Amino acid sequence: MDKFNRKSIVLLVGLALLLALPPITIAMEEAYFISLFSRIMIYALAAVSLDLILGYAGMASLGHGAFLGVGAYAVGILAFHVTEETAIPFLPGGWAGSINAVISWGSAIVVSSLFALVIGALSLRTSGVYFIMITLAFAQMLFFFFVSLTTYGGEDGINLDQRSQIPGLDLADDASFYYVCLALLLAFVYICYRIVNSRFGMVMRGCKQNETRMRALGYSTYRYKLICFVIAGAGAGLAGALIANQSEFVGPGLMHWTRSGEVMIMVILGGMGTIFGPIFGAVALLLMEEVLAAYTEHWMIILGPVLIFVVLFARRGIYGFLTGDGGRDG
Amino acid sequence: MRILKKTLLGAIATMAAITTPALSADSVKIGMITTLSGGGSALGRDIRDGFKLAVDMRGGMLGEKKVDLIISDDARKVGNAKQIANRMLKRDKVDIMTGIVWSNLALAVVPTVTKAGKFYLSPNAGPSKLAGKGCHKNYFNVAWQNDNLHEAAGQYVNDKAHRNVYIMAPNYPAGKDALAGFKRFYKGKIAGEVYTKLGQVDYAAELANLRATKPDAVYFFLPGGMGINFVKQYAQAGLTKTTPLFGPAFSFDEGILKAVGDTAIGVFNTSQWNKDIKNAANVDFVANFKKTYGRFPSLYASQGFDTALLIDSAIRAVDGDMSKQDDFRKALKAAKFQSVRGPFKFGPNHHPIQDIYVREVYKDGDNITNRIVGKVFTNHGDVYAADCKM
Amino acid sequence: MTFYLFLEQTLNAFQLGVMLFLMAAGLTLVFGIMNMINLAHGSFYMIGAYVAAYVSDATGSFFIGVAVALPVAAAVGMAVEIIALRRLYKRDHLDQVLATFGLILFFNELTSIIWGPQALFVAIPPVFSGSVELIPGAPYPIYRLVIIGAGLIVALLMRTLIVKTRTGMLIRAGASNREMVSALGIDIDRLYTIIFGLGALLAGLAGAFAGPILATEIGMGENILILTFVVIIVGGIGSIRGALIGALLVGLVDTYGRAFLPQFLRMIFEDPSVADGVGASISSMSIYILMAVVLIFRPRGLFQAYG
Repeated sequence: MDKFNRKSIVLLVGLALLLALPPITIAMEEAYFISLFSRIMIYALAAVSLDLILGYAGMASLGHGAFLGVGAYAVGILAFHVTEETAIPFLPGGWAGSINAVISWGSAIVVSSLFALVIGALSLRTSGVYFIMITLAFAQMLFFFFVSLTTYGGEDGINLDQRSQIPGLDLADDASFYYVCLALLLAFVYICYRIVNSRFGMVMRGCKQNETRMRALGYSTYRYKLICFVIAGAGAGLAGALIANQSEFVGPGLMHWTRSGEVMIMVILGGMGTIFGPIFGAVALLLMEEVLAAYTEHWMIILGPVLIFVVLFARRGIYGFLTGDGGRDG
Repeated sequence: MRILKKTLLGAIATMAAITTPALSADSVKIGMITTLSGGGSALGRDIRDGFKLAVDMRGGMLGEKKVDLIISDDARKVGNAKQIANRMLKRDKVDIMTGIVWSNLALAVVPTVTKAGKFYLSPNAGPSKLAGKGCHKNYFNVAWQNDNLHEAAGQYVNDKAHRNVYIMAPNYPAGKDALAGFKRFYKGKIAGEVYTKLGQVDYAAELANLRATKPDAVYFFLPGGMGINFVKQYAQAGLTKTTPLFGPAFSFDEGILKAVGDTAIGVFNTSQWNKDIKNAANVDFVANFKKTYGRFPSLYASQGFDTALLIDSAIRAVDGDMSKQDDFRKALKAAKFQSVRGPFKFGPNHHPIQDIYVREVYKDGDNITNRIVGKVFTNHGDVYAADCKM
Repeated sequence: MTFYLFLEQTLNAFQLGVMLFLMAAGLTLVFGIMNMINLAHGSFYMIGAYVAAYVSDATGSFFIGVAVALPVAAAVGMAVEIIALRRLYKRDHLDQVLATFGLILFFNELTSIIWGPQALFVAIPPVFSGSVELIPGAPYPIYRLVIIGAGLIVALLMRTLIVKTRTGMLIRAGASNREMVSALGIDIDRLYTIIFGLGALLAGLAGAFAGPILATEIGMGENILILTFVVIIVGGIGSIRGALIGALLVGLVDTYGRAFLPQFLRMIFEDPSVADGVGASISSMSIYILMAVVLIFRPRGLFQAYG
């Protein structure tokens, strides 16, 4: 019971802080933190989606940035054609894009799911380290593809003139945008929570522990893992759509392997195989970058050892440390 | 675990510390976002050092006003640069921003700054979009439009009567712009046009192909480490003797020449500045830079220095009253300062109109450096100005 | 395209492959035997390159530079193993990824503090400068031939070490059954430290050799690290033979892709600039395509050596 309480307290305090962030920071005349935390919430969403496959199904993908990038480019390309007033060349029907959030974010989710389906179907033939590397390979292919895709800016990327539009909401307002990000993060966390604790989730966790046995029990583990991979890809795609809006910019940098590595670090730092842990990981890593970079331009020489230290001595991640147990959510 | 707790507490304390910016009504706030860590940090540090030198030489003032210079490292990542720009605009409430090295970062950040009604002065990147359709009254480029040096190289190679030139750049927008700029002024035949992988280290395959096409000359644009690799390998393949090599100044700056060594001797490169330009401002700048930092200034340092001088002249013109935005802009546009590169003025799109020289790499005692061997363009602007409607 | 050009490009491919092999041999040993993903392997390469550059500049001799760089790289590798990484052998691969990623950040910034952000210069030693005309019309730099030779010698030495010596026997034994080896009274910790040092030494050697032809700069390790991972994944983790074949294969695909693909595509596309653009994009991706294809058909690489 004690453990349960401590965990609920950590989560409730965390949630209360996140909800109260805009009014508090505005009162302190530090409204800048709202945009910083929007970015953190979006990366948290990406990290939670990665944790779904990494922490629960044992699929270590080092190519998660690919879906982040694909989602961002979906939003970026649709907005690009609205600005240029031209039809999208690779789609039939002469559609001239959209800046409606429902359409463009929806497209981001659909497109990134499709990419995840194809990449996952091929990558899941391998496992372990080979899986890490084949996902990395696909992400790098997409990276180089977009770098040389001059139609959409290549390495320069696409600048968005404005954020996506939701009727009745002004996303250009940082606080509104922050709440939208937070709401989507919580919704995705809820979905993950339900998945992890469903029969489907049990099969996935079974796959992580002993895939051969799950197969012997008659489960088509390949199909289960693929579905899981697609859900994670969709989550990352949504995060990509949001990051495009947050920075009003889309570029291939999102797909570079170091970006995938950063998302993976957030997961491990926060606590792998926990639903909420990656959120703590995202907050910690991005805040640490912000704070250390203010100290010294050689901030990486501090961040590096901190990461090693966390791996060696805080094995259950920040979330496990705060809650006092492994932090298992279900 | 106690250590972890302490670290977290320390971090929170720091957050609190950096959230209370020093406010002083009598100072001008300048935000500098540049690359100080990781790959490419040499460029950012040169820009910063050049800028700081100008401020320090005036006792920490620009235009008789105390300068509050806030410097932040973007680690060459667009996301970071955007985030920092947001922080400087919203929290630090800077008046002017500058510092960005790379075109792709500038393209993402500059519109944010100009939308917020602040000034951005580019000490380096000059992408075509910001010179043409995307120009803005509050955006000034103190270095060059990206195509300028490549155009000069095209003209020079043409003047030297080379008629079959092999050209090379990385496969990304700046690379394609570079070769387009070259071809705008070069009128002969193209022996081969090759786009290489971004970040490529070995060029043996390209060099073998290049040799097989037997060009008269080679023009390349490969910034940073790529250029170092290429120039070394070009010389080692014995091509320097048979086929002259041309490039923009980026691959032949002081720092890079140290890394390339003798292999670069005899290569021609185009630049708007060199340390041997004889004017009072430049002589003073080169001497002071050497004294302060113990190294010769680079092109980037000169651009950082000029950026500070431009700000100095404009603040002076409005008597330190930064609220007179329109007057301040007019003063920037007038560019009444002694640029270290010599004559300098702004075109209609707030990009430089300036002379561009060709330099030769030579050995000066133990030191490998550049000397100006000729002037290619006088008062050269850019082709995008026509698209700019301010 | 002439036959001679084809030959020359093959030689280039071979040289790139040998360079990659030097990196891959150490990485695949550590990976295969200790089951350890070491992203910091690229840092040892960088350290080797910087130390060699610094010492050869100070002493005026490239050979002294290389001679100093090797033990330094090995010592740094062993120190890192003893201080941090040996605790991670039994951990999840992801913990290893995170910790060694931390090491990359640390070493990159440390190098930048010690030597500054500018790239360093290394001259080709005078004995190896100049070129020979092996193939008519294509003088080939002697130094690159030396690299090929050195790489092949290292490959032979590695083979001798692993097949003929007692240490090699222990390495093989440790890879297939570590409990048994330690039960036999072998100090397995020390063995692992030695293997790790050997891997770092080979990476340092590759770095030192790279100095005269490539830029010695911050971040040079990551560039080659990813390529090296591609090599050992294609070759099969833990297999020295796989690393050699994988390295040559990656060298060939990468070089031929860059050398011939654009010309080939010019025959297909009417607009040469489209052909060049598409060719450049595909050749940038070629090694990743190679790796994906190999893994799709052989999910554990070409030569799977150890479990």
